[in-house]
Amino acid sequence: MSVAVEPPKPGPAPRPELWKPLALQSWGRMAAAPCLAARPERLRELQAALAAPGGRALLPRGAGRSYGDACLNPGGAVVLTERLNRLLAFDPASGLLLAEPGVTFADLLRIFLPRGFLAPASPGTAFVTLGGAVAHDVHGKNQHLAGSIGEHIAWFDLLLADGSTSRVTPESDPALFRATIGGLGLTGILTAICLRLEPVPSNALLVRRQRVPDLDAFLAGFEANAAAPYAVGWIDALAQGAELGRGVLEVAGPSPEGLPDRPAKPRRLPFDLPGFALNRLSIAAFNELYWRRAPALAGEERVAYERFLYPLDAILDWNRLYGRGGFHQFQCVLPFREGEPALRRLLETIAAGGNASFLAVLKAMGREGVGMLSFARPGYSLALDIPARPGSAALFAALERITVEAGGRVYLAKDAWLSPQGFAAMYPEAPEFQAVRARVDPDGAFSSGLSRRLGLG
Amino acid sequence: MAAETWLILGASSAIARAFAQEAASHGAALLLAGRDMPDLEALAADLRLRHGVAATPLAWDAAELAAQPGFAAACAERAPGVLNLFLAAGAMPDQAAAEADPRLAAAMWAVNVTGPAALLGAFAPILAARKAGRVVALGSVAGDRGRKRNHLYGASKAALATFLQGYAARLAGEGVEVLCVKAGPADTAMTWALPKLPFMAQPAAMARAIWRRAAKGGGEAYVPPIWWPVMTIIRLLPRRIFNRLDF
Repeated sequence: MSVAVEPPKPGPAPRPELWKPLALQSWGRMAAAPCLAARPERLRELQAALAAPGGRALLPRGAGRSYGDACLNPGGAVVLTERLNRLLAFDPASGLLLAEPGVTFADLLRIFLPRGFLAPASPGTAFVTLGGAVAHDVHGKNQHLAGSIGEHIAWFDLLLADGSTSRVTPESDPALFRATIGGLGLTGILTAICLRLEPVPSNALLVRRQRVPDLDAFLAGFEANAAAPYAVGWIDALAQGAELGRGVLEVAGPSPEGLPDRPAKPRRLPFDLPGFALNRLSIAAFNELYWRRAPALAGEERVAYERFLYPLDAILDWNRLYGRGGFHQFQCVLPFREGEPALRRLLETIAAGGNASFLAVLKAMGREGVGMLSFARPGYSLALDIPARPGSAALFAALERITVEAGGRVYLAKDAWLSPQGFAAMYPEAPEFQAVRARVDPDGAFSSGLSRRLGLG
Repeated sequence: MAAETWLILGASSAIARAFAQEAASHGAALLLAGRDMPDLEALAADLRLRHGVAATPLAWDAAELAAQPGFAAACAERAPGVLNLFLAAGAMPDQAAAEADPRLAAAMWAVNVTGPAALLGAFAPILAARKAGRVVALGSVAGDRGRKRNHLYGASKAALATFLQGYAARLAGEGVEVLCVKAGPADTAMTWALPKLPFMAQPAAMARAIWRRAAKGGGEAYVPPIWWPVMTIIRLLPRRIFNRLDF
């Protein structure tokens, strides 16, 4: 080549391409959604990703553990935050941790539990990222006392559609703070999150597990254990009649004494189970076994936080249990007073439909979420998996109706079916949420499959 | 390899980050060199928090040739004990773009070859005087045989490998181990938008493999090891067949 070559100048070397086409799935393995995806490894690349090619709608995505279309953006652009996962600062005196959004609860457990600190609220899987946790204002088995994660967020940095980064505290911009907590990634992209960790005396809990014969006994059990830090129920969703709502109640609190460290090696489900493997009989048998295994009378056992908080994480890719067709999860919360009959109707509807489900999770929530679209409120929360079947649409419509009539709401992190009308009835602060979006994102840069389905644009 | 210092050159890259985590998990102190200072500050904070080691970000540009000797001396001063080097600075512009604009190719050459050569050259007497230390440089299988699609980048990595052979020989009697890693494609920002590549490795797995191999001494190593047989076959392919392959 006889080209006059200038001496190389110091400065930016050629940047690799940020975007590529990708078909993303959600945890419920709904149909893969084609989109453009970027996976920035540093803030500079994240800022560059704000200008999505062709003016496509943008959506940040953490671990992709939401079940429906909250983490999907069909035809749009998705920014994966998993590689933005640095811990930036920690103050043991206050418990305040500053971290990038891609840090997971598994990271927190591994690094901070040995130092005597724990995430103050934690979803049922440790693979969730902090960014995703804020976007869904996630809760755990201690919601009735500790509230959801949003109550423990001191502040965050938010990259806005105009390219500026705003440090948002509950005081600096209360509306933007409350719109972003539980805001489904629709207000901007979190770049740093300041979370208050909770000091704990050891790496273990004292857990009492008890067989519960029916729904009434369950609800009484929650009331009796209202002062226990952790309380959760596992219901056999296939039991009917007098046994409706039978299950296992787990109550736990911090153990003064810990357990020896013994890192568990997770197992992986290496293949998709064929669709027929999960049927009414096989699931009923599993549920029966689970119920029988629990002691009829409460006994106390010391259990590592990891095993108690994230029981399913021991089997990686457990979503493959449901085969290629995938599954849906239904989770709602119902106010205490109207909740009891509605719970019964929900369980009856599911059991009658023969919609095989593994254990359903029942929990009493005690605190209102801080976000405008936060799921949590005082009441009973019921969550269960429902394998995708031809009749799913009608079933979910029935469940939505029961939930709305009882004044409850559906958890958007799990949802794939809610109607715009149902959403409006369940989330009365949606207009305020939209007003904040109109202010910080006037051109509608951020959007998701879920937001478009629910009429949020 | 405890209580030593690792200087990570090009520390913002995914493999370098993973290698820094690996070194820190073994108790090593870290000097993190690169251009993106806010990013290096974040990485340093993370390493300190996770592993309780000393981690210091340093401004460094591989392409700034004149600055290399001074930078080497400054690093030596910061790390008076055993100092090891992990060279991960590298650029891989699109072949067609670099052909269309030779300045891109020249900039790549500066980052991949001339800059590192100048820096390692400056480090040679320092390491030799200490009679200790390791130099681990991230080469590429792309340097083993020039492919249609990627031979500008491949040529730069071949040059680096050849440089390292002589560099290793020069330091052989001084107690300094030099390892050229022939890395296969890794799942990083550099390869994110490329079509699916074979035997793609995750940065953390790659870093762990490099760490283990580096503990055994210098030389050349394919990481992941599957690339040794693959590249042996590709190197031995008759030219007529090789030229017909579209890769």
